[in-house]
Amino acid sequence: MLLSTSIVLGSLLALFAVVILKGAFALSLSMITETPKAGYYLGGGGGILNAIVGSLYLASGATALAFVISIPIALFLNEYAGRSRFASLTRLSLDILWGIPSIVYGAFAFTIMLYLGARASLFWGIITVTLFVFPIMTRAMDEVIATVPLRLKEGSYALGSTRLETALKVVTRQALPGILTAILLAFGRAIGDAASVLFTAGYTDSIPRSLFEPVATLPLAIFFQLSTPTPEVQERAYASGIILLIIVSIASLASRISTRRLMKYVVK
Amino acid sequence: MIQARITINKLNVLFEGHHALKDISVDIPEKKITVVIGPSGCGKTTLLKSLNRLIDLTEGAEISGQVIVDGVDVYDARVDVTDIRKRMGLIAQTPSPLPMSIYDNIAYGPRIHGAKDGSALDQTVENCLQIVALWDEVKGRLGEPASKLSVGQQQRLCMARTIAVKPEILLCDEPTSALDPISARNVELLLKMLKKDYTIVFVTHILSQARRLADYVIFLYLGELVEHGPAEKFFAEPTDARTKAYLEGAFG
Repeated sequence: MLLSTSIVLGSLLALFAVVILKGAFALSLSMITETPKAGYYLGGGGGILNAIVGSLYLASGATALAFVISIPIALFLNEYAGRSRFASLTRLSLDILWGIPSIVYGAFAFTIMLYLGARASLFWGIITVTLFVFPIMTRAMDEVIATVPLRLKEGSYALGSTRLETALKVVTRQALPGILTAILLAFGRAIGDAASVLFTAGYTDSIPRSLFEPVATLPLAIFFQLSTPTPEVQERAYASGIILLIIVSIASLASRISTRRLMKYVVK
Repeated sequence: MIQARITINKLNVLFEGHHALKDISVDIPEKKITVVIGPSGCGKTTLLKSLNRLIDLTEGAEISGQVIVDGVDVYDARVDVTDIRKRMGLIAQTPSPLPMSIYDNIAYGPRIHGAKDGSALDQTVENCLQIVALWDEVKGRLGEPASKLSVGQQQRLCMARTIAVKPEILLCDEPTSALDPISARNVELLLKMLKKDYTIVFVTHILSQARRLADYVIFLYLGELVEHGPAEKFFAEPTDARTKAYLEGAFG
């Protein structure tokens, strides 16, 4: 008990400590309010607002798109497919997709982009990230929806509701806290991944004004800053890490709070 | 002579080879309480679920025979199953409120059948809660989650929710088994009151409860219909040896 807590909490604190100790001094207001100025990567002024906004655009877009794909599949698997072969084949495919490293998705999307003659852009970044987070989201939702008790569904059916009404109004409602967790899990993976967006979303010092412009992301900002020879810029990489940690923590906290509120109606 | 509301004709149910109901043929009288008795595992719940086709949800169930309500076989391919279930409300053994507020639990049924929000729906919710004598206990907190109610209150809520879709027949699957004696008595009194408006089929394995409630009795044993008849006759002069043994408490 004590050991498991200390291992988990210990690694969390150690990670926070290293990132904060190395990055805190480089953290400044201009870091989060300005885009990079000329010579930024050589120690010049400016910030990484481009990557912050870019990451939020990309992760939100991909999470929203993945949600649109995941919720019907997860409901279908549980409320319509039953124990059919389709259901187990779908689950098996999702599990395999889940296990594939994100760089492979990046390479896959890049191949398609080359074929279509498309350039790296926010749009393709969202598509790629959606591809690799939707299996995670779907399976997470699937697991939660599977725990909705049969008697609850029977209660709904007995009142003369259709499958769709039961799925949307009762099952989804009961599973809502878990669904929210699944969304957050996907969002966390989406905002933290560098490999899949390297070729597909590109990188730029400005904030994109349309879906078809390249976009910067925080993980890549960290990567580029860390790989410069200038110590000050390397410190900024850790500062960017702090910003990423803060975003993920806020999302996690927000979902915690809303989960607690949603739990109110859940039937035990 | 009784007036039949439901006519069951050669009903057979198989669960992956297990013969759960064998050739059941019986009439269920209108606006009476018909109690289905028998020991556990004799097919009582299966019989109830076959009436409103909730059994369709059980994977691997094979059903043959007819259940005729108002001249229509509920297993006819042209029948709308949601309509069947709306007309035959089922009250389950353990109350399972829906994951929403007290108000929404009652309003759920009317809403899926097209009711719009407004004072008419408010009135329906109040009426239904009045009927099950829950209104006074919850009127100030209709927005609270239904799961916060006690089990006895939840069961009355489930009854109110069933009544809200205006069924004609109430199917009750041991609805008092999870309740304390006082709540159970309230539910029984409620059903006795409701039988002037509804045809009620009540499943129980408690003989004393059957004696208190029944106008008509159906005795199932190992998936077979052993004996059925008006309550006075059934309890006073059972004909089958198995019925006699059961009534004397030899098994079950």
